[in-house]
Formats: sequence, structure tokens, C-alpha cells
Amino acid sequence: MTDRDLDPALKRLLGSDEPEIGCDECFAQLDRYVELELAGAPADELVPGLRAHFVGCPACAEEHESLRALLELDSVS
Amino acid sequence: MPAPDTNPDVSALASAPAPGLEAWYLDLHAQGAAREEAVARLHGLLLRAARFEVFRRRGSLPQLSAVELDELAEDAADDAAVSVLRRLDDFRGESSFRTWAYKFALLEAAVKVRRRAWRDREVTLDPERWESFAHIGPGPDDDAETEALLEAVREGIRTALTPRQRQVLVATVLEGVPIDVLAERLDSNRNALYKLLHDARRRLRAHVADAGFPEVNE
Repeated sequence: MTDRDLDPALKRLLGSDEPEIGCDECFAQLDRYVELELAGAPADELVPGLRAHFVGCPACAEEHESLRALLELDSVS
Repeated sequence: MPAPDTNPDVSALASAPAPGLEAWYLDLHAQGAAREEAVARLHGLLLRAARFEVFRRRGSLPQLSAVELDELAEDAADDAAVSVLRRLDDFRGESSFRTWAYKFALLEAAVKVRRRAWRDREVTLDPERWESFAHIGPGPDDDAETEALLEAVREGIRTALTPRQRQVLVATVLEGVPIDVLAERLDSNRNALYKLLHDARRRLRAHVADAGFPEVNE
């Protein structure tokens, strides 16, 4: 059995052992990360630990999606 | 019954053009009329972001009218403005000021929506309640290996975690309680609870790995 075979509920329960940052640091880096993403830069290399945090923290993941969506809306309006 | 929708179209408000960009933010450090004007512009920017977020999440608040949703966005923008002005010196220019400010409004709006959606819902804070969650038990199609894994997880929850870690893990992962809602009920904050959750998961993975499933740590 590999990690990929785990049930999604079990994955959420066990989390990942990838290095990740906490919610406060996520908030501090979020604006820079999203602008890097939208510019096509390697955001995960330049701001390590954020992607893993989104996997483990649905609230921060939602706010990441919202900031990205809002900036995308701005770019077309 | 939800109140009738008598407010202007919230979707139109949420997609209104962003108010002007960067240079004005320097006036937030100024005094007098220039600062007042800059604060007003900041509030407009934050209100736009808060309305955007409330509109995105409105599905979780079907009982609220458009007027009530907009009041929620106004409250979020007000709180975000206080946060932005208090932390103005934290802005290092690593993103545009607009992006930096937006995240405060999105956070405030998201937290308010989550808390409002759960306001009248019970949150189980009994750390022993996890045993009643059948969906991490083996299903009829699960093989012996899966059943052994699930038993290791159950034993890990029971023996490897502190009561507080068990409480946070059960509430957030098994009950689906948003972390901001749990933080409010436990008089804590998101960052502290996430650290507890992170430590609980690490302990649980170590227990499950020791029980013969090292792949959970790969």
C-alpha cells in the first residue's frame, strides 16, 4: 500500500510529512506567493512550505484561492 | 425563511472595478486631509475584497438576505481597515500594496462567514467522541491490510495523542469544523490550533508507521 492509495479522509487525518509553515507565516507570505504564481514564477521554490500548508489547512487554502481569484478579476476589469 | 432580496445585486458590487492603485498608500502615513482621503480609499479597496469573499461563500449562508450579506462585508472591511492601519509598517513591498491589503479583507470576511455559518451549530468538544465516527472504520470492500491500517489509526488516536490534540483533530478533520470556528469556541487562535493539529498528525503518523505502515511517513 502506498501513500497514494490512502482514502482521502484518512489522508486528511494523517496529514503530510512535507515541511510546512504555520498559519501566521502563511498569511505573511500569501500576497507575495500569489503574485509570483500569477506572474508564472516558481512560487513553491521561492516561498517553500506554503503549498504543503494549503493541503493541511483548508481555511488558508480557501483564502489563497480567493486572493488569486480576486487578482485575476482585477487583471481583466 | 430568508429575508427577501431587496439589496442591489451583490455580484455586481463584488465585481466593481478596483479603486485606484498604489501611490496613495503613502498618504496613510501622513496627517490631516491627505490621510483621511487615503484611509477612505483603503476602505473602498477592502470593502471590494470583503464583498468579493462574502459573495463567493454566500452558499454557506442561505438564511441571509443580500442586505445582511453586505452588512457582513462592511463589518469585515471595517475590521480589516483597523488591522491594515495597525500593521502598516509590516508592509515591505514584496507584493503590491493592493494585494497586501486585500488579504486582510479576505481573511476577515472568510472568518466572519465561517463563524456565522456555524453560529447555531453544535461543535462536539468531547475528545472521546471520535469513536462514534464510523467513516474511518473498515467498509465492506476493505481488505485485511486496510482494516489493519484503520485499526492502527484508531489505536493511535486513542493512545498517542493528548486529549487536546484528539479534540482538535476530531473537530477539524472528522467533524469538519472550520478552524476559526473551533478557535472561537476554545478561546484560541488559528495559528495555535493548527500547530496542535500539525503535532497531532505527526504523532499519529509515527504511531501508524511503528505499527507496520511506514509508507504514511514517505
